[in-house]
Amino acid sequence: MTAYIIRRLVYGVFVLAGVNVLTFALFFFVNSPEDMARAQLGAKRVTPAAVEKWKRERGYDKPVFLNDKMPGSRKLTETVFFDKSVRLFAFEFGASDQGRNIGYDISTRMWPSLAVQVPAFVIGLAVYITFALLMAFFRATYVDFWGVVLCVLMMSISTLFYIIGGQFVFGKLWNLVPISGYDAGFDALKFLVLPVLIGVIGGIGSSSRWYRTIFLEEISKDYVRTARAKGLSESRVLFRHVLANAMIPILTGVVVVIPLLFMGALITESFFGIPGLGSYTIDAIGQQDFAIVRAMVFLGSVLYIIGLILTDISYTLVDPRVRFS
Amino acid sequence: MMHLVLPFRFEWLWSDALVWLLVASVIGFAIYTNARPHLRAPWARVSRSASGLAAATVLALFVIVGLLDSVHYREALPSQDGKAAYATELRSVLDRLLQPLRASREKTYSAPLATHLYAKETVQLPDGGEVRVFPRLRHGGAHLVDPQQDWARDVAVKAFRGLAIALLVWFVAAIGVCAAESRRATAGIESVWRDVWAGRTAVPWRAVLAALGLLCVLIGPVTALAPHYHVLGTDKVGQDVLYQALKSIRTGLVIGTLATLVMLPFALVLGVMAGYFKGRIDDLIQYLYTTLSSIPGVLLIAAAVLMMQVYIENHPELFPSTEIRADVRLIALCVILGVTSWTGLCRLLRGEALKLREMEYIQAAHAFGVSHWRIMMRHIVPNVMHIVMIALVMDFSGLVLAEAVLSYVGVGVDPSMISFGTMINSARLEMAREPMVWWSLAAAFVFMLTLVLAANLFADAVRDAFDPRLIMAGRHS
Amino acid sequence: MTAPLLRVSGLTARIHGGVAPVLPVDGVSFDIAAGQTFALVGESGCGKSMTALSIMRLLPEAGEIAGGVVELDGENLLALSEARMREVRGRRVAMIFQEPGLSLNPVMTVGAQIAEAVRRHTGLAGAAVDARVLQLLEAVHMPDARRRMAEYPFQMSGGMKQRVMIAIALACDPALLIADEPTTALDVTVQAQVLELLRELQRSRGMAMLLITHDLGVVAQMAQQVAVMYAGEIIESAPVEAFFAGPAHPYSRKLFESLPDRVGRGHALAAIRGTVPALTRPFKGCRFAERCDRALAHCPDTIPDWGVVRDGHRAKCHLYADGAAGSAHSAACAAGPQDAVAPSLHTDHPALLEVADLKIHFPIHRGLLRRVAGQVRAVDGVSFGIAAGRTLGLVGESGCGKTTVGKGLLRLVQPTGGRVLFDGADLLTLDRSALRRRRRHAQIIFQDPYASLNPRVRIGDALEEGMLALGVGDSAARRQAQIAALLGEVGLSPEVRDRYPHEFSGGQRQRIAIARALSVEPQLIICDEPTSALDVSVQAQILNLLQRLQRDKGLAYLFISHNMSVIEYMADEVAVMYLGRIVERGTVDEVLRTPKHPYTRALLSAVPVADPSAARPVIQLAGDLPSPVHPPHGCHFHPRCGAALPQCRLEFPDEQAFSASHAARCHLYR
Repeated sequence: MTAYIIRRLVYGVFVLAGVNVLTFALFFFVNSPEDMARAQLGAKRVTPAAVEKWKRERGYDKPVFLNDKMPGSRKLTETVFFDKSVRLFAFEFGASDQGRNIGYDISTRMWPSLAVQVPAFVIGLAVYITFALLMAFFRATYVDFWGVVLCVLMMSISTLFYIIGGQFVFGKLWNLVPISGYDAGFDALKFLVLPVLIGVIGGIGSSSRWYRTIFLEEISKDYVRTARAKGLSESRVLFRHVLANAMIPILTGVVVVIPLLFMGALITESFFGIPGLGSYTIDAIGQQDFAIVRAMVFLGSVLYIIGLILTDISYTLVDPRVRFS
Repeated sequence: MMHLVLPFRFEWLWSDALVWLLVASVIGFAIYTNARPHLRAPWARVSRSASGLAAATVLALFVIVGLLDSVHYREALPSQDGKAAYATELRSVLDRLLQPLRASREKTYSAPLATHLYAKETVQLPDGGEVRVFPRLRHGGAHLVDPQQDWARDVAVKAFRGLAIALLVWFVAAIGVCAAESRRATAGIESVWRDVWAGRTAVPWRAVLAALGLLCVLIGPVTALAPHYHVLGTDKVGQDVLYQALKSIRTGLVIGTLATLVMLPFALVLGVMAGYFKGRIDDLIQYLYTTLSSIPGVLLIAAAVLMMQVYIENHPELFPSTEIRADVRLIALCVILGVTSWTGLCRLLRGEALKLREMEYIQAAHAFGVSHWRIMMRHIVPNVMHIVMIALVMDFSGLVLAEAVLSYVGVGVDPSMISFGTMINSARLEMAREPMVWWSLAAAFVFMLTLVLAANLFADAVRDAFDPRLIMAGRHS
Repeated sequence: MTAPLLRVSGLTARIHGGVAPVLPVDGVSFDIAAGQTFALVGESGCGKSMTALSIMRLLPEAGEIAGGVVELDGENLLALSEARMREVRGRRVAMIFQEPGLSLNPVMTVGAQIAEAVRRHTGLAGAAVDARVLQLLEAVHMPDARRRMAEYPFQMSGGMKQRVMIAIALACDPALLIADEPTTALDVTVQAQVLELLRELQRSRGMAMLLITHDLGVVAQMAQQVAVMYAGEIIESAPVEAFFAGPAHPYSRKLFESLPDRVGRGHALAAIRGTVPALTRPFKGCRFAERCDRALAHCPDTIPDWGVVRDGHRAKCHLYADGAAGSAHSAACAAGPQDAVAPSLHTDHPALLEVADLKIHFPIHRGLLRRVAGQVRAVDGVSFGIAAGRTLGLVGESGCGKTTVGKGLLRLVQPTGGRVLFDGADLLTLDRSALRRRRRHAQIIFQDPYASLNPRVRIGDALEEGMLALGVGDSAARRQAQIAALLGEVGLSPEVRDRYPHEFSGGQRQRIAIARALSVEPQLIICDEPTSALDVSVQAQILNLLQRLQRDKGLAYLFISHNMSVIEYMADEVAVMYLGRIVERGTVDEVLRTPKHPYTRALLSAVPVADPSAARPVIQLAGDLPSPVHPPHGCHFHPRCGAALPQCRLEFPDEQAFSASHAARCHLYR
């Protein structure tokens, strides 16, 4: 098992290298730093000197892969590729194109993101599984039928409408919570209620329906018939037997997103004015800050790979077939 | 010499070409399928699903609107020297049909069916004094002499007339369906009519007719009112919201279909190869899709779109007009969405190919020395097509929803292109106004919900008919 | 006469879905006395499992019980509330199923699964439950029971899992045990163990048993009373001796006549024409009439009533209507095996195929760098030869490597070593194109008729595929003519070439697969368990077809099977495989009449014979098949062998010849 995890880790590093090369190619070959400078400066202020200055300030003036002017190993390190790509592996994100310290921004902005995402994730999972179990328990009845109808209806509504509708109803109409904003400490609570609630509601449709399918798939298996032949009640069959087995496919989809909770929710944070990494990313996209986008792409990949490894580990917890082989 | 001057010239945008190519291939596929009973069987099952068929009816209407919006032309200008000159502005057939809506611009916001503007304006009185009033609209209800008195009656009469015509149309359609069914079943039309409404027909015509009826009830009055009023109001720059919503349909459909189609060849070839050959090839392909899927989708799309934006800004000479630029950007968005979402399908296909390669008929083909290429084309690809089909229809709704989010983030379609995303994006600021402007948002909501819900219901019917056991996780966020 | 323990009368079950509801069980009635074993026999789809599930009220969700009475000790189970029924399940009636691998919860220890049943119906708690679980596992002779309690199903062999299932069923000493094909998924030696266990438990606990099976041999060994089901109803019911002495219903007789070991080699087996009727429509006559050779004029449109054959022996057949019984019975005795077939040629031919020291190993990768950490020795030095026009039967239990041998010969899996001389050329050293040219001489047919045809390819195209790939038939017209001829040869009409596989039954598909193999005019066909997925009556058709083709075309067969009676019927020579090696080979008479190797003997003794009077001792083998990754040292069989000598542990025995053709690898004969 340990050997397996180590192998996955090594594989993860290879994948990260691939991500790195891919983003580097995307950011430095599709458009040259000159192009980016021109786009940033705007048509009015483009002069060769301004472009050069822009590049120098941000370290884009170095050679791409090989710096002939430098001695020894600095031939390789004093390059755009090393600065902007290889350094990411040490989590040195450098400065944004606006000159901010990205590493510092990430370390401060991840907390508000987590404050929204973790409760939304935990409550959401509980709600989705409960709802799905309810539908599975009452399968082939009206409860199940209307549950599925509700799911399909809810998954057909864009996240944007959940947010706008939520803000309108809870914020504006009923005046229960502030429409947007954030505060430090416990004062943040009143700002968090609505984003968390909407995060949970937005996922009910697709997640509950998916879990229901998994439960029904398990219910049709032979071991369930054996359990019924023992004289067990339907609820015991569902909780003791079906749920335990259904956790295996459910975990595949769920554990992998846990590390990504750090990244925040793009739309939610931007609508509710929460100073997390999601709104950070949106702002960066809006301001065409390529350094931040690169950093977030890398961070997202790292977290995804951690998620994959966590998934592998979680299997050993729920599936004895993995644990003992 | 007289030059024959056509009143218009067709102009094919890239997306138009792809859309019609898609239509042609769907027709070709339908003809191919119809000749083969084993391929027809799952579609026959789809046609027995009431919800699926009702959804298909609604979808068909959206598709018609989208296709009408995919035939573009330039109008001829009055020629001066006998040479043909054409307008720079690109129109679609839909634009032509909606000419009254498109042309009737107001100054700014007006509520649905309103006769007056939503904002007060300072008006000079004849006596030199100034008052702030809600001025009359230029087009909406302009035919009314005294809106206060006539408005309600006029709207009701026009709506009722529209409804009556629509119901007539619906009744003719219903009779037509029953007539066709009665010829097939060789039964009297009366008994067929009763069977249809009792839900006793093999194809659930009741659901189709009910959906059609609902659509008629909605469309009839709207069509009757639209030339005279802004049925869904106008937006900030005074543009008709109904027109915007109808134009958004094409954008949604194009993204929903082309993005999947773009990725299809990659997913199919790589997925099947990985599963069939296993070993090194499989390792390589798995590495490729793990790498691509490890980048959070929105970020990869954002990065790619940002780079595309910079490229477009730096190469203005390549894009002669706004429409062409917006169109290229739409296609690029489809490609990017496709590339970021092919991994899921690729993985599914790989898994299926892994299972299939151990099937005994493939072993038998090996025993005959049949080549790898032929085995993949003949024995594997046809047997994974149901997964491709399911992925196509299931991805559609996710992509339509994704467009709205991406356009909100600013990495979606060109801001000049009308789409659900751009509509929501500009309308969400209006929610904060007092009094509130809700109709843009409501229109986008209703149209989008209808489209996505119909697509989801249809996708469910297709999935149930092709492979009810296949679990497909929602792959779009 | 005391009241029966279980009285089923007029039981009818309905399954919804599809075009019309199906009645898989249609008015079934029978009684089971306390302590009695009652066997319900029939081919797949006859409704026997549905009958069992109806008694337990565990029908699948699309199903419902449409009528009838199920009385247990006079109490109608069908009238109980679901909660009361749960008190009956597992306590008074318990059930075990066909697939022990799928019937246990994969993420629960077996101890916990047994404990669940104990807790549900007894007041036991805490350590008392554990003690009871241990006691149950010991009762089913689970080796090392205490340790096994903490294990998961995937850590156990099929036989052990079925023991666990039986332990669960025994948890509350039920009055009735329903065993639904309890040994069908198991190998014959393991089947013998489980049947012995069931017999022992039933005797010691005085438990009644409803045994559902398709295997007449199992019935003969286990049951006291037997009922035959066909198309949803019971058509014959008798005490077991009477039944085996003279089955009455024409269908039952056909079942016996289609058993390959009942008639000698060279005689065609009886086959039942046509297929089982659809159970969606009501019947107005005898359900078997359209397939019956002895149907009377009124059979198709008069529903037969029960007729008495002899005391306690009844059949639902017009032949046994009052007064007709005597004549019918005499007719039964006269009906013997049909058209005799000339035995195949016994002249000595030079070997067509010569296999020497064939090895097929699969590497196991382990550790950080996926280094090869071991080998699965699926085939480990196998040698045999097949002469043109002859059949070599390769027999062994699952996991012995027999299928891998077949695939290795055609290089569908790559052999690790050895030689396969076919017509003088070594197939293992040929390059791709040279191998391709040779491919037309040897072909293969597979076990699963549903997996062996591509559902998206028309029959004609499937048959043409090999001809195109190997350049047989120079024009399209000639190929089409050949396809038509081939289809005729396997008993199908040429029109089927435009149809798709889903329109055909299992037996028809297997015919098509045979035609496909024949399409390139091979000299050798590897038959990999070609009938083990088929019912006996269909199996008979396929075996007859294979015999006829061999006679007409001089084909050689490598016939791979686990079924001794099929091998006995088909093979000229037999090779017995155990754990990747051939332990005994010889002519079919030598090996099956005078087996030498202890494994062959155990294997033969374990086959249930369809004759209740044949009291033979079954040689019980200890334990399960060892893993081919770490085969035991010395003779692979010694840990399970009753006659093992000290040197068996040390070295693999050499081959000992008993005649020119008969040899075994065993230290006993040195």
